[in-house]
Amino acid sequence: MIKLLKSFNIKDYLIIVVCIALMVAQVYLDLKIPDYMSKITQYVQTGSGTMNQILEQGGYMLLCSLGSLVTAVIIGYFASLLAASLSLKLRSRIFNKVESFGMEEIKKFSTSSLITRTTNDVTQIEMTVAMGLQMMIKAPIMAIWAVSKILNKSIEWSLLTAGGVVVLLTTIIILMIIVLPRFAKVQKLIDKVNGVTGENLNGIRVIHAFNAENYQEERFEKINNELTKTQLFNQRMFSILNPVMMLVNHSLTLGIYFIGAFLISSAGLMSKFTLFSDMVVFSSYGMQVIMSFLMLAMIFMMIPRAQISAKRINEVLDEDNKVKDGTFDGKTKEKGTVEFKNVSFRYPDADEDVISNISFKVGQGETIAFIGSTGSGKSTLINLVPRFYDVTEGEILVDGVNVKEYTQEALHNKIGYIPQKAVMFTGSVKDNVTYGDNGKGKPSKKKIEEAIKVAQAYDFVSKMENDLDSHIARGGTNVSGGQKQRLAIARAIARDPEIYIFDDSFSALDYKTDATLRKELKKYTKDATSLIVAQRIGTIIKADKIVVLDKGKCVGIGTHKELLKNCEVYKEIALSQLSKEELENA
Amino acid sequence: MPRPGRRIPEKSKDFSGSMKKLFKSLDRWRYLVIVALFIALVSAILSLVTPNKLSTMTDTITEGIKPQITEEKIQEILTSDKVSQEDKETVLSLIEQFKNSDKKQEELELSEENLSFLDELPNSIKKIIEPKMDLDKVKSIFFLLLTLYLVSALLSFIQSFIMTTVSNNFAKSLRSKISCKINRLPLKFFDHNETGDVLSRVTNDVDTVAQNMNNSLATLVTSITLLVGSTIMMFYTNWIMAITAIVASIVGFSFMAIILSKSQKYFIERQKQIGFMNGHIEEVYSGHNVVKSYNAVKEVTDEFDSLNNALYVCNRKSQFLSGLMGPIMGFVGNLGYVAVCIVGALLTSNNVITFGVIVAFMIYVRMFTNPLSQIAQAMTALQSTAAASERVFEFLEEAELTKETQKKKLNREEVKGKIEFKNVKFGYDENRTIIKDFSAVAKPGQKIAIVGPTGAGKTTMVNLLMKFYEINDGDILIDGVSTKDLTRENIHDLFIMVLQDTWLFEGTVRENLSFNNTVTDQTIWDACSTVGVDHFIKTLPKQLDAKIDNSDAISQGQKQLLTIARGMIKDAPFLILDEATSSVDTRTEEIVQKAMDKLTIGRTSFIIAHRLSTIRNADLILVMNEGNIIEQGTHDSLMKKNGFYAELYNSQFKK
Repeated sequence: MIKLLKSFNIKDYLIIVVCIALMVAQVYLDLKIPDYMSKITQYVQTGSGTMNQILEQGGYMLLCSLGSLVTAVIIGYFASLLAASLSLKLRSRIFNKVESFGMEEIKKFSTSSLITRTTNDVTQIEMTVAMGLQMMIKAPIMAIWAVSKILNKSIEWSLLTAGGVVVLLTTIIILMIIVLPRFAKVQKLIDKVNGVTGENLNGIRVIHAFNAENYQEERFEKINNELTKTQLFNQRMFSILNPVMMLVNHSLTLGIYFIGAFLISSAGLMSKFTLFSDMVVFSSYGMQVIMSFLMLAMIFMMIPRAQISAKRINEVLDEDNKVKDGTFDGKTKEKGTVEFKNVSFRYPDADEDVISNISFKVGQGETIAFIGSTGSGKSTLINLVPRFYDVTEGEILVDGVNVKEYTQEALHNKIGYIPQKAVMFTGSVKDNVTYGDNGKGKPSKKKIEEAIKVAQAYDFVSKMENDLDSHIARGGTNVSGGQKQRLAIARAIARDPEIYIFDDSFSALDYKTDATLRKELKKYTKDATSLIVAQRIGTIIKADKIVVLDKGKCVGIGTHKELLKNCEVYKEIALSQLSKEELENA
Repeated sequence: MPRPGRRIPEKSKDFSGSMKKLFKSLDRWRYLVIVALFIALVSAILSLVTPNKLSTMTDTITEGIKPQITEEKIQEILTSDKVSQEDKETVLSLIEQFKNSDKKQEELELSEENLSFLDELPNSIKKIIEPKMDLDKVKSIFFLLLTLYLVSALLSFIQSFIMTTVSNNFAKSLRSKISCKINRLPLKFFDHNETGDVLSRVTNDVDTVAQNMNNSLATLVTSITLLVGSTIMMFYTNWIMAITAIVASIVGFSFMAIILSKSQKYFIERQKQIGFMNGHIEEVYSGHNVVKSYNAVKEVTDEFDSLNNALYVCNRKSQFLSGLMGPIMGFVGNLGYVAVCIVGALLTSNNVITFGVIVAFMIYVRMFTNPLSQIAQAMTALQSTAAASERVFEFLEEAELTKETQKKKLNREEVKGKIEFKNVKFGYDENRTIIKDFSAVAKPGQKIAIVGPTGAGKTTMVNLLMKFYEINDGDILIDGVSTKDLTRENIHDLFIMVLQDTWLFEGTVRENLSFNNTVTDQTIWDACSTVGVDHFIKTLPKQLDAKIDNSDAISQGQKQLLTIARGMIKDAPFLILDEATSSVDTRTEEIVQKAMDKLTIGRTSFIIAHRLSTIRNADLILVMNEGNIIEQGTHDSLMKKNGFYAELYNSQFKK
């Protein structure tokens, strides 16, 4: 938490100093009010003051109150300024940090966790700074000042006030000890309720098919019961708090008056008056003391939560990027070559290599395909080219230069990468196709249309309401999986890269579209090199080179025909998809 | 504590209607709510009485302060035997002094400066003029008040205890109802509604309804009682003071209302900005590989910065305004206090009221101002309750699957396995028929394949067979019996369905496999070994009692095998198989394929085929495109026809 606050600059510290000064002033004014109250009481009570005197004191009191309001407004303004600008800076720092991450770091945190860290956790800190900072400074000043004001008045009253504070704090602490762990449990149970309901919704057909409606409902009811029980317990415990607070507040005033009655009756004639006005003042100071302790209790409830958020944010900010940027600007003589030299890769903390000792070279205009069962490492392998991860051993050369030497920007300018899961961004079709920057400026309209046509997306794009300007909804929910994939491919084409990387990017297309697309693409980009990961034999059958992977090892490199003859694994895969005749006919 | 995020009052479409409906659906809990509200009322009335008592107590104490310097007492001093002659003379000279100073009688008796001499008076005189405080009266009022406070606290505890019980049980019943409702809805509903939406009704909306009911309803009753009560009590005590207090508070509150209404739009704006921001972040983070490899970091950062700045402005303003409420409330309180004191002082000096009245009014002012803001808050909360309950009820009132009665029944064991489609017409929308006049016959034990490109509507056939949707025209007959005459439950009983998405729930392997069937472990193991998943289960720590969860411990392929085993255990005469295995690698696929083949033995099977090579031996191939069945026949006859199927079939070998 403190570490995060270090991002305050001199201006911010100045604001804090001003705020503290203002707060002292505010507390002074707040505590001055009871003095005027007592004066007024005395005048009224003894009848000694003239109307003017009372008005004067009342005026002062109102002035104090107004002054306190004004300082509160100014403090509030500064606090919100401070909190909002802190959260602005934090969010931006986290976002930029995440953008600098490689895939390894993203995976380590998980996307959803990074999202909550950028949003909810920052909001948590912001709230704590906006309110907590005020209270944190004000409560102790208030408590100490108020206590010092009443301490010398009467030991009996002080003890009573202390008693009130103790009762309140004990109640709160006991409640917290009992209820806090159960809060965490409630959260888990809510997740479970969501989980079971989500399961039910996703499996609605299966449930109907098995006539298992009642079965599901019983499962739901079990968790529902548990949730209700836990929550009921928590809230019942909490329903004690309010009555206790009310009781303490009321009893304090009553007790002060009651004790006061005895003190007065046993005091000397003259001190009776002083005692009486003391009593009135004390009852309001006593209230202030209790209030400030309540504030302190609240801070202690807030801080742990903020602390957790702060820790989560710091984890992101302190994360070291594994992938370090190079300096090479990417101007090479060679174009479109990719070479793997004894490349091995393992995830950090893993015992085994995902891929080990892979070597191959592919020249300009060639197509190389990677095939193997799930977990054979083919996706990982091609993800090493754009440096989503760095190799553990060996080296990867693009256009004859180690990928680590390129600036990432220069390296990425050479590459058109199409991921397994097509990613769409909110905006128009055009925005999506022209996404990013390739160092050559945005593509022309002609180029965009060509890309869309080659990607076999023209049919459905032209049917959309506004053609290229049609809106793509968040997450691309208004286009189908196959359409998303085609747009993602169009995006790569519009980029005009030297090297295409298809990470199983044809899976959502039917055979027919898949075949036409690849044919058109080949025609359009004669000089570009393609790296293709695929599940279907049909997709890769004509590749110049096929790399067969099994458990991270290369078990065969060659053309389809060669591999059919001399690679067992390849034959097995091929036969599982196509019959013998079909393979031979191909 | 102000929570700006929650302050947005959602507008309900029909506030009073929703509230009435909500109250009605409380059912048997209604009476408890009424009891709780009644207790809240009593508790509030009790606390209304207390300031008056406190006022009496204060007056009693005050009486014990003033020295009794009346003509009568002076006479007593002068005539008393116990007072020495010397002292009597002192008193007389003092009185003389006062008379000369030309002051009014009252001031002479009470003003403080003149009282300093009192302590210097001889004891004998002090004794006579010393005020007597009625300590017994103070004591009795103290105990009365203490009891009142205790009773009031106890009542408010009971009230909130009851409301907590009611609201949680009510929430529970709402959740149950929604959960049951999900399974009573026609599948059509889920075509138009998202999972997340239904989920948020189960948790967020129900929670909003319950929590607000818990907090606001009682608060509202208490606050209104206090507001009305304190007004009455104030007027009863002193009308001038009452008007002063009310005017002062209202002036303060209109000030606050102006600020509140101004700030409302910032809260809404802030919520909107947070939404934009979250959307952008989610998109960018989850598409990280694309953002990076397309060098779009600058692009997304620019957008992020502009969103971030917009959010900053809203944050600052809404944070500031919500922080203002507390100080303003404090000021309004003080304003009321001063007004009461000044007017009170004026009245006291004219002997219209006693000092105790002022003390009482100080409390009344708080009793009057606090409820005002609480009512405002409670009303906001009730607004969002109404909006949330509208969403819940809207869901609960969705049209359910038609009730089925007096229908025929087919026994699982006796069904031969013939299915006939007779001029079936169907469309998801009333106006758009996608299956136009489809007829076909599947004889017992036959294998019927459904093929077509992605998005051709292959699952439509599943939906119709399982009666998930009702056909618009024509008929589907099972063993000659129209499915219209059979209950859905009966039809479901006759089918095994193995779908592409391997749906398993969080539970043990046994629970998942025996899903809603009572079977012996032996049956489960048999099915598992037929499918070839028994080895895998034996490697699990608790075998059949092992928990299945969302972790990656069980691969897609194994999950698929488990769903096949689940189907096998059900043992029904018809089979629907969605054989897509795109998420599984090719070698696992082979194992799965073998298991599926075993499942088809002896059953009339409908197979949604993704790879055409496996279904060439099917007895009937239905070719679908754009929702409709465009060709049907055997592989050979379709190839001969050289139509859509032939093209589809050949395309997998072309490049």
